[in-house]
Amino acid sequence: MSELAPGAGKNEDLDSNGHPTAPAKLGYSPVAEIPHQLRVTDTDPKAARRAERQVAAMFILSMVFIMLSLVAYVMIDKYTVVYIPVLGVVGASNVALGFTFGIAVLLIGAGAIQWAKKLMPDVEVVQERHDLVSEKEDDNLALANYERGKDESGFARYKIIRRTLLGAMALFPIPMVVVLRDLWVTPPGENPTEILSTTMWAKGIRIVSDGTYLPVRPEDLPVGGLVSALPEGLLEVQKEEHNLNARGKAAIILVRMDPDQIRSQQGEGWDYNGILAYSKICTHVGCPIALYEQRTHHLLCPCHQSTFDLADSGAVIFGPAARNMPQLPISVDAEGYLVATQDFAVPVGPSFWERERA
Amino acid sequence: MSTTTNHPVEQVGGATAKYVDERLGSNKFLGRNLGKVFPDHWSFMLGEIALYSFVVVLLTGTFLTFFYDPSMVEVVYNGSYVPLKGIEMSKAYASSLDISFEVRGGLLIRQMHHWSALIFVAAIAVHMFRVFFTGAFRKPREFNWLVGVALTALALAAGFTGYSLPDDLLSGTGLQIIRGILQSIPLIGTWAAFLVFGGEFPGTDVIPRLYAAHILLIPGLILALITVHLMMVWTQKHSQFPGPGRTNNNVVGYPLLPVYMAKAGGFFFIVFGIIALIGGLVTVNPIWVFGPYMPDQVSAGTQPDWYIGWLDGALRLMPNWESVIAGFTISWNVLIPSVVIPGILFTGLALYPFLEAWATGDKREHNLLERPRNAPVRTGIGIAAITFYGILWIGGGNDVIATLFNMSFNVLSWTLRITLIIGPPIAFLITKRICLGLQRKDREKLLHGYESGRVLRLPHGEFIEVHQPLNYKELAVISSKEDMHVLPAPVKTDADGVRNPNYRIDQLRHKLSSFFLRDNIERPTDAEIAAGQAHASHSAALEAPLYEYEELDQDPVGHGGVLHHPGMSETNREQIEQRQ
Amino acid sequence: MKFLSARRRNPFVAALLLVGALGAVGVTFSVVSNIQPAQASLGTQTQVEEGKKLYLEGCSSCHGIDAQGATNGPTLLGVGAAAVHFQVSTGRMPLAAPGAQATAKEAIYNEEEVAAMSAYISSLAPGPAIPTSEELDYESADIAAGGVLFRINCAQCHQAAGQGGALTQGKYAPNLMQSTPQEIYEAMVSGPQSMPVFSNDTLPIKDKQAVTAYIMALQEAPSPGGLSLGRIGPVAEGLFMWVVVFAAFIGAAVWIGIKAR
Repeated sequence: MSELAPGAGKNEDLDSNGHPTAPAKLGYSPVAEIPHQLRVTDTDPKAARRAERQVAAMFILSMVFIMLSLVAYVMIDKYTVVYIPVLGVVGASNVALGFTFGIAVLLIGAGAIQWAKKLMPDVEVVQERHDLVSEKEDDNLALANYERGKDESGFARYKIIRRTLLGAMALFPIPMVVVLRDLWVTPPGENPTEILSTTMWAKGIRIVSDGTYLPVRPEDLPVGGLVSALPEGLLEVQKEEHNLNARGKAAIILVRMDPDQIRSQQGEGWDYNGILAYSKICTHVGCPIALYEQRTHHLLCPCHQSTFDLADSGAVIFGPAARNMPQLPISVDAEGYLVATQDFAVPVGPSFWERERA
Repeated sequence: MSTTTNHPVEQVGGATAKYVDERLGSNKFLGRNLGKVFPDHWSFMLGEIALYSFVVVLLTGTFLTFFYDPSMVEVVYNGSYVPLKGIEMSKAYASSLDISFEVRGGLLIRQMHHWSALIFVAAIAVHMFRVFFTGAFRKPREFNWLVGVALTALALAAGFTGYSLPDDLLSGTGLQIIRGILQSIPLIGTWAAFLVFGGEFPGTDVIPRLYAAHILLIPGLILALITVHLMMVWTQKHSQFPGPGRTNNNVVGYPLLPVYMAKAGGFFFIVFGIIALIGGLVTVNPIWVFGPYMPDQVSAGTQPDWYIGWLDGALRLMPNWESVIAGFTISWNVLIPSVVIPGILFTGLALYPFLEAWATGDKREHNLLERPRNAPVRTGIGIAAITFYGILWIGGGNDVIATLFNMSFNVLSWTLRITLIIGPPIAFLITKRICLGLQRKDREKLLHGYESGRVLRLPHGEFIEVHQPLNYKELAVISSKEDMHVLPAPVKTDADGVRNPNYRIDQLRHKLSSFFLRDNIERPTDAEIAAGQAHASHSAALEAPLYEYEELDQDPVGHGGVLHHPGMSETNREQIEQRQ
Repeated sequence: MKFLSARRRNPFVAALLLVGALGAVGVTFSVVSNIQPAQASLGTQTQVEEGKKLYLEGCSSCHGIDAQGATNGPTLLGVGAAAVHFQVSTGRMPLAAPGAQATAKEAIYNEEEVAAMSAYISSLAPGPAIPTSEELDYESADIAAGGVLFRINCAQCHQAAGQGGALTQGKYAPNLMQSTPQEIYEAMVSGPQSMPVFSNDTLPIKDKQAVTAYIMALQEAPSPGGLSLGRIGPVAEGLFMWVVVFAAFIGAAVWIGIKAR
């Protein structure tokens, strides 16, 4: 059942419900050709009053929920947990505040929209678009002013001024960029390539277990074992430098396998009785790897699934890493603790431009 | 302003308006704009979701800045969360824990902030799809499209810098990956990484720098660009879907005051309310579970927030190609997924309106939106791009999917690699064909009306399906299709033998235009449409006698509704009787 | 013969046959089921013998007659009672089918049988023992220290919240939310399947107790922020946002646009 809204298309100021039919002088007008369907609230004043009460009720309920949220803020202890079906055991204060405040705000929105849908006129109106393109007079005025400006400034005439101005403007931002050079205050004589190519490891540095910081004996490590390890003295270095940089480069893992199962290594005798030390930093983009599958001897990086075979020189067998995991040559010292015999032979971690020339 | 009322609020309002007008001339603006018409379609509200969630992000973020400490200096945790008591962590992490556990409402606001950031990017994406698939980026809205692409990139940056601030194990791993990506850049990579991080990784500078970017630089740019974006929408007026009464030169909808203001304002509160609800009811980014960031620790199932997932997926699926040339390393395995692919995607996005306009030769102003089926190649390209993005996105979660569905991520990764290459072209072809099929259906509807599903047996025995004419709404929408023709092929030399200097470019343009437009189904002329609809009315009128029949208070002798025709036998029995 | 066939239609015969059949089945069943001894407390020597019987029946086809290993199963010499108890009481062994990974399922053997098998295997070669209740006592352990050790040694496979993670070729590190302190200890000390071995030299008992305390805390932890979405991180959160929250927004937008009745 469709009927035109009374007054639509005609020049009457008000329709039967008292809604103004938007005379043309306001800039828009109702679209006459579109049949308009009246709503229940348009024809039935009782329905309209009901809608008004509904909207008001939503706003009142919103206010009630705001009060509840304030009560929740003051009364609920921030450490209390409570069991709520579906959600589980959750923080009471967080749930209460979020729920009450959320419902309160939601009700304001719902009320406003119900108001618009049920009570404000839903007569579609049409407004003409004006041309975006400027009038010819404006075009000419713009052109004329531009010409005048060009003339009066002499920009076209004074070639030297123009060129030197361009030069000055081109140069002036440069110091603003150059001053960013000291985003890294470079200690004298240092450069990134060298820094990336050396770690704390050196001949004789003991290997200590991460977490306990105690040195490791070979007999402590069973076949199939894995120890996340660091160089001895790391904690002191961290305290001195006030950062974790040394740890990021020097982290290694120790694994033990049957010596017969070692098919190849990155250097002759770099293992110790089947104990191998490899860098912990993935050669792809640098995530730490400690996911060691003891039966297959595969080392898996959780970030992008690069997989390295530690029984085969840490070669890449799957995933986006392009280079072997660097191996650290180890031995034991006089007291029987595992030590490094030298620093890594290659830079650890992700590749970089100058890597091969380090 | 008419003042036919004594309501004090209106009197004060009127006086205020006058006061301001005397200083700013504002009444002129108000007069012209309080009645500004906005078209009403639910898909026009997607951009609003982005705007409102950004407002929530700003409000909640401001609160967080009062408590968060962007420092990487190590402290010993002494707060209420027992599993971390006595542990060394950065001040950034410790202050984030304090916000979550010691500040009342802090966890709610932190979670609202994170949820609304996730929603912000999602809304931008869906809004961008709507604009793309309806061709709203065409003239005169190309600048707005560019602003939108810039806003997309900024939103990603805002999200990434933001979730890295708590310095937890999950997001810190993401920073480590960024360092690896920076390092892989040829020539300047190592210096770029060292400058950004103030030295080696992790250093002590990167979190405070991300903080400055996150609360000042990026929001400033976003706010500025949103303003430009909305101003352009305001002055150009919003585009609209075709329909009755809607032309390219008008806007049909509701006035700003009161309807649009009420609906848009109401929607703001709804978005805000829903975000507050989930902030209170659903956990997001539980940093206390991940622990403080340490550069030698990592958790299984390390993923970035959803909108960065496609980049992570690209890194996972990329084959491990790396070359060493003259002693210099080029890591294709890192550069292609993290620099080349996003570069191509964003550049393609930015250039698309200009490319399409050049290819179709379309210089007209478009204020009526195009139905996706009427631009099959554009729609196909869009779906192919979404397919490409979607596969990368799935790749970003390959280990989680493998754990959940008990499969091998090795197999999954290979499957995704292959699908990444063959999926988008297949998606393009399927989409294009679906669009063309829909175009054919539309043409049929215009020329023959729509099939009503009622089968009529004519008096002489023929069965026909009754076609009804389209109702005025459908007719307006379907006939809004614009015919676009392939640009003519260039000639190498013109009639006088003069060589065409632009032959190559023109030939390319012709080929591109052909690719875009050659398969489009021709739109029937208005005369043909009118004839077709009239014909359909006829066919529908054939049923009229049936209704007349029903109105007659007669028993039609149980003939099953067969219409009588002079001279025709009435029943089989009658026929037999006739022969005998 | 004639005696029987003459009385074959006798009604009492039917009853007798029924009772006889039931009795035969019952006796057979009790004989068969008694092959698995229920008593285990007659001293370790009997336990080892019982364990050997169970082993030969249920395990030797894959692990070899003398537990030295075979094509389908690795050697069990030196794995210790802890390994046997872990694998068998969690139902991982016997394997349901050859595949990438042994999955935990309903255990076939009861506690006494497992104890017997453990005693047998540990009698062949020394290995990690089943932990005592003092060794398992984590009540006084430092949860925070356990968390640090968990993140160093466990999170990379089992995920920071112990929800499990993917390994290569379809293997996985299981979810820890149902694990008992004994299972945790035994797994650490025996290194089942892909898991490395964390002996008591590399990870002292005190540290194992701390790790266990942390895992128990994870199991009992409330979710302060609300529904936890599985604690697996951004994937679940993104999915929830798209499927639930965004759907709500679209629903609201459609509602706003629909004309009122």
